[in-house]
Amino acid sequence: MSALAQADSGAAPERIDLRREFNEVGIGEILDQLDRDLVGLKPVKTRIREIAALLLIERIRKRMSLTSDVPTLHMSFTGNPGTGKTTVALRIAAILHKLGFVRRGHVVSVTRDELVGQYIGHTAPKTKEILKKAMGGVLFIDEAYYLHRPDNERDYGQEAIEILLQVMESQREDLVVILAGYGDRMDKFFASNPGFRSRIAHHIDFPDYSDAELFSIADLMLQEMNYKFTPDSREAFVRYIELRKTQPLFSNARSIRNALDRIRLRQANRLVADLDRVLTADDIMAIEPSDVLASRVFSQAQVTS
Amino acid sequence: MRVTQGCFSFLPDLTDEQITAQVQYCLENGWAVNIEFTDDPHPRNTYWDMWGLPMFDLRDAAGVMMELTECRKVYGDRYIRLSATDSSHGWESVRLSFIVNRPKNEPGFRLERQEMGGRSVRYTTKSYAVDRPEGQRYGGS
Repeated sequence: MSALAQADSGAAPERIDLRREFNEVGIGEILDQLDRDLVGLKPVKTRIREIAALLLIERIRKRMSLTSDVPTLHMSFTGNPGTGKTTVALRIAAILHKLGFVRRGHVVSVTRDELVGQYIGHTAPKTKEILKKAMGGVLFIDEAYYLHRPDNERDYGQEAIEILLQVMESQREDLVVILAGYGDRMDKFFASNPGFRSRIAHHIDFPDYSDAELFSIADLMLQEMNYKFTPDSREAFVRYIELRKTQPLFSNARSIRNALDRIRLRQANRLVADLDRVLTADDIMAIEPSDVLASRVFSQAQVTS
Repeated sequence: MRVTQGCFSFLPDLTDEQITAQVQYCLENGWAVNIEFTDDPHPRNTYWDMWGLPMFDLRDAAGVMMELTECRKVYGDRYIRLSATDSSHGWESVRLSFIVNRPKNEPGFRLERQEMGGRSVRYTTKSYAVDRPEGQRYGGS
């Protein structure tokens, strides 16, 4: 093996065609797809392009034997609910896989429940099992701040954190860990666990979506499901977004998805209510304003105003 | 005397890289890999101690290698083997099993003869190592 490595480095190319290298690994497609599929998220996309560029150069440097150690790739995604953290994690895994920084490119998504045990001695095997499953891919820890319970010093979460930190440090070439969660709570989490902050190379902040972005997300989702807004219902939905944003528990794209699910339900109900009608494909695809306006969001807005 | 049990046992000991490649082969076939250890190498001793649970749903050999390293730290002076179980219908049994760690000195086996009625003799093999109690057989504590 070492002889092979030497032969490899002996033949290390002096010049490298960057474009060919870029095309060869095929991350261009993933980045374009990221641009196409995800609405908004400008800062996130720029950050990912930067990281991809860095990794591409790192890969070339390795080929030219200018560097030998594995870069730290652990990341933290902060942002409000429904801003696309999980989706982006999947894309990141694909990019890392194409560039050869993770061997398999799968994503294991977990929360506190899957890492922390119920009784003494339960946590370590549990955490290790998840780590073993994630080896060669990306471990995505959603709502990572729950691992640390400041009010309970005997909480088993601390044990999981210690095992995680150890593996994050010693097996950097086997595993990439992505911690995700809401901004302010993640800040507190990092403040009380300085070990994590220093081991994470890339902190990416996910901004909230604007009204227009939320609408294009809704449009995209409906298109995928083969539905469409009529001009009137389009207007109604724009108003819906405005009102929903002011109400509690708004979680960006996820709220939009839920709203669309309920709208589909109402649409189906409306169609079934009139059994004697002959339907066209257009009727089945069209969302009428009444489907949107029946939402609780509108009635609540009237009560509060 | 070198114990030869399972796959690859007539070859020189596998390096970690070779073990990783074998484990990856098992995982790609969808087999669950299990780590076992013992200090009683008699060929009829099929019940080795398990190191943790069999590892299901792994994608990469690094997970198994991590456990193997841990196991070697604790039981580096004993025999350790990896076995891969195929759970698919019709197989439902071990598909591959090989030794990945062995004691420095393997004293081997002696042949014991038991005189029977008439002039018949009964033969049995006994490992020299098992003369000592479990845990102290290969210079361990």
